[in-house]
Amino acid sequence: MGKTLAEKILGVKSGNDAIASDIVISQVDLVFIQDTTGPLAIRQLRESGLKKLAIPERTAVFIDHAVPSPTHALSNDHLVLRRFAAEAGAVMSDIGEGVCHQLVAESLARPGDVIVASDSHTVTAGGLGAFATGMGSSDVAVAMGLGRTWFRVPESINITVTGKFQKTVSAKDFILHLIGRVGADGATYKALEFGGDGIKDMSMSGRFTVANMAVEAGAKVGLFPADDVARDYLVEQGRVEDYQPVFPDVDAVYERTMQVDLGALEPTVARPHTVDNVVPARELKGTRIQQVFIGTCTNGRLEDLEIAARILKGKKHHPDTRLLIAPASRRGFLDSLEKGYIQTLAEAGATFLPAGCGPCLGLHQGVLGDGEACLSTSNRNFKGRMGNPKAFVYLGSPATAAATALAGEITDPREVM
Amino acid sequence: MLRGKAFKFGDGISTDDIIPGRYAHLRSNLDELAKHVLEDADSTFVSRVKEGDLIVAGNNFGLGSSREHAPLVIKMAGVSAILAKSVARIFFRNAINLGLPVLICDTDGINDGDELEVDLSAGTVRDISNGQKLTFGKIPEVMLRILDEGGLIPYIKKHGDFKL
Repeated sequence: MGKTLAEKILGVKSGNDAIASDIVISQVDLVFIQDTTGPLAIRQLRESGLKKLAIPERTAVFIDHAVPSPTHALSNDHLVLRRFAAEAGAVMSDIGEGVCHQLVAESLARPGDVIVASDSHTVTAGGLGAFATGMGSSDVAVAMGLGRTWFRVPESINITVTGKFQKTVSAKDFILHLIGRVGADGATYKALEFGGDGIKDMSMSGRFTVANMAVEAGAKVGLFPADDVARDYLVEQGRVEDYQPVFPDVDAVYERTMQVDLGALEPTVARPHTVDNVVPARELKGTRIQQVFIGTCTNGRLEDLEIAARILKGKKHHPDTRLLIAPASRRGFLDSLEKGYIQTLAEAGATFLPAGCGPCLGLHQGVLGDGEACLSTSNRNFKGRMGNPKAFVYLGSPATAAATALAGEITDPREVM
Repeated sequence: MLRGKAFKFGDGISTDDIIPGRYAHLRSNLDELAKHVLEDADSTFVSRVKEGDLIVAGNNFGLGSSREHAPLVIKMAGVSAILAKSVARIFFRNAINLGLPVLICDTDGINDGDELEVDLSAGTVRDISNGQKLTFGKIPEVMLRILDEGGLIPYIKKHGDFKL
């Protein structure tokens, strides 16, 4: 009987047959923590009695959520993390390097890896064919100490993608559309596995956007096969040796299959306060927006800033709409500088934030006022998400964000391109 | 046997409802953090909840972030168990890892304020206020073993490894 991507990877890493619904103990190839969940993980690790890191060279500590630190309490948390990394011999990524998931994608994730971390958007690395998933601090603490964790092998939902995106429609619109169809809990405990000719039209940047939001449908992982697009990406990152082909069997057994024609998609927006509350952007024309945010592990990459720069070139953002931009990584920031996108966006009136999570989780930087609405390229629009339960968050693509920044109201980017 | 009052919540209570990111600076000061548990969903919850009380919710409880602080502050409030129609994956694992039972059952018949009695070994909930008796889905065997030790960290402290 054929195997899904999830079954194949967990089979190799557990040394068992690993069929959907089996409980397996799997090797962990990369484990990481970040500044809002890491201090608790370190505490739990000490409490567990596990003395040292199982794979220190593949254990990473990221300071990305509160950068630079806005309060002394968080500064003290950062001290705990830096001290831990130095003492335990872990890889340290300090402020300004970027969001953990983007840095993992650029430098650490390998096709076929099992990756766990104390952040729900760890699923991002599924874009490269890694079984990557978020867990709490206790699970991650034990994974750091043992180099192993347990999983229930998930059933997989096959998403067969066909066609090509229309102009200004991108991977963000695809995943918002899909979450709208599946529902915010439609894939709970399951793997979303993407295949079909249409994924050839999805860049690695787009695949990371899609995998990143798999968790917003409740999924444990969002997996792409490690095909030529993945190989080319690793070559570009200077680490071709990390490539191995990872594909599902042609006769893999899926719980169900869904079809998506990329050509039929249009710019899509998720309305407050749930990610599955989606509509075409054009239907929200007239919705005033006080802040646009472009960034995060979902949409803060070079390709995302490029489309925003194309739309905003030679123009200014609407006077009643603030425009905030946080590149997902320092490398992406430097590449955008070199290509002139930062100049273009700054001339359009954008306020730049350090590479990191920015205002996404409501901790600092661009907290919304009462009754204000933000159109964000991030992944969550829960009540209170951007720091104020009396504010409203809409989710859209970088193209929709840029068009909205120009018009001051939610705008289908096809209107301005 | 667990016994306490039901605090009823609806569908889709997120980790931001339970403990939002704006309190991230309190995550190493748990007593202060716990004062804000479920504040955005019910601002009176923290002042009314008593040791042993139960959270009764609809679908997809705990969706969102991996922050273990979410089940942690619920446990610190004295909640003895969470009853929900369904629960998000990471939250479920986190709650069990902290020794906080999450029980899946049809919660529609339970009203806010009802007196509940939960028999964990029999798998039943008795609503003393309306006489209704419910059964909840079995917690997976591997999670029961972790729960029986009071959570994952005590489990690892005792066994030194996964003995699942």
